[in-house]
Amino acid sequence: MPKEHANWSPYDNNGGTCVAIAGADYCVIAADTRMSTGYSILTRDYSKICKLADKSFMASSGFQADVKALQKVLASRHLIYQHQHNKQMSCPAMAQLLSNTLYYKRFFPYYAFNVLGGLDSEGKGCVFTYDAVGSYERVGYSAQGSGATLITPFLDNQLKSPSPLLLPAKDAVTPLSEAEAIDLVKTCFSSATERDIYTGDSVEIVILNAHGVRSEHEQLRKD
Amino acid sequence: MVSSQSESGLLSSEGDSQRTQYPYVTGTSVIGIKYKDGILMAADMGGSYGSTIRYKSVERLKQVGKHSLLGASGEISDFQEILRYLDELILHDNMWDDGNSLGPKEVHNYLTRIMYNRRNKFDPLWNSLVLGGVKNGQKYLGSVSMIGVHFEDSHVATGFGNHLARPILREEWREDLSFEEGVKLLEKCMRNLLYRDRSAVNKLQIAKITEDGLTISQPYSLKTFWNFGAFQNPTVGAEGSW
Repeated sequence: MPKEHANWSPYDNNGGTCVAIAGADYCVIAADTRMSTGYSILTRDYSKICKLADKSFMASSGFQADVKALQKVLASRHLIYQHQHNKQMSCPAMAQLLSNTLYYKRFFPYYAFNVLGGLDSEGKGCVFTYDAVGSYERVGYSAQGSGATLITPFLDNQLKSPSPLLLPAKDAVTPLSEAEAIDLVKTCFSSATERDIYTGDSVEIVILNAHGVRSEHEQLRKD
Repeated sequence: MVSSQSESGLLSSEGDSQRTQYPYVTGTSVIGIKYKDGILMAADMGGSYGSTIRYKSVERLKQVGKHSLLGASGEISDFQEILRYLDELILHDNMWDDGNSLGPKEVHNYLTRIMYNRRNKFDPLWNSLVLGGVKNGQKYLGSVSMIGVHFEDSHVATGFGNHLARPILREEWREDLSFEEGVKLLEKCMRNLLYRDRSAVNKLQIAKITEDGLTISQPYSLKTFWNFGAFQNPTVGAEGSW
């Protein structure tokens, strides 16, 4: 007699969208605060953004338990770095660490879709975008998560970023002002919320610049 | 001709003995809410064995240390193992004898790590947990799933409770609920589950935890109402039907 099978997956998709935009002297990192499973909403108020270092913020969507474990590993490694070097990790250094950490679990991946945003050592905005196993690239802007396919074409149109294939390499950092970039991000999220069921509730926006860090919250549709 | 029995037939090799499981005796939804003075949690006392309601006096709400309350749904034996882990945690915490005690936030984090690490080994504890408590005036209410998905909120529920109870809570929960209002709200949710969740039993406990301490109520039953017009006169509005 065939036995009844209960099967389970070690992964779940808790949804959500992350965006980051790099400016000449600022960086905007944003993510919605909805956490879902299947067709249910678990909570409307969960932050997907994590401060990894003074000048590095990571926004991650995907499987929340893996995201949390990833954040813990990176925070722990950064603490060790600070003990050994007596300074904060730079954003490009953290970018490499994140890539290596993800690839370390190449054969049982962190189901996390990450965007790393911050300021490089010249104070210019930098954004790095990743896949689940650590492939990464420095870009002028990026979106990851369930609403990424809705947001990326819009950002391509609005930011008119130069092709990374051009020689000499053209700077991908946007000439927009900080206020304009924040407004653009809000537009991205309210548009994605309309059509992506996993995006909504509210968006948390972190802005990094020479003066420090601040964050803004904007309400989104809750349906 | 004799065919040699391969290992994956009747016998499982040592490596397979601790892998994907199935739940056997399970508890259904747990609901937790924050209220004015602390946390209220409700769970029925059913232990189902597949489609049979085998056990009707299973306590699924338990105290953890001085400041926390744990409610569990899913495999009851795994819940009992979690209680053993927590017992050891609290014991070691007490043995420091330093005036410090683990609060609900810490216990929730510990549970999250246990669940996630078991998931990593492909040997999960088949439970969804609700952890609530109060420490130094701070109320805390969190949830952890069998694969380590965790969050905190003002109201949480496991299993069917997510579908049937949380919509009610989203409409009717308020920051300043009194104890009586909180109990009424939980009972409304539990009644709804009783009507619609086949593994629910009409024997429940409600637990309250505040800064002053924890009480778990004696088991009791809810009044149910089956005299809806649509059930009494099913053919009204559909002449000719039966």
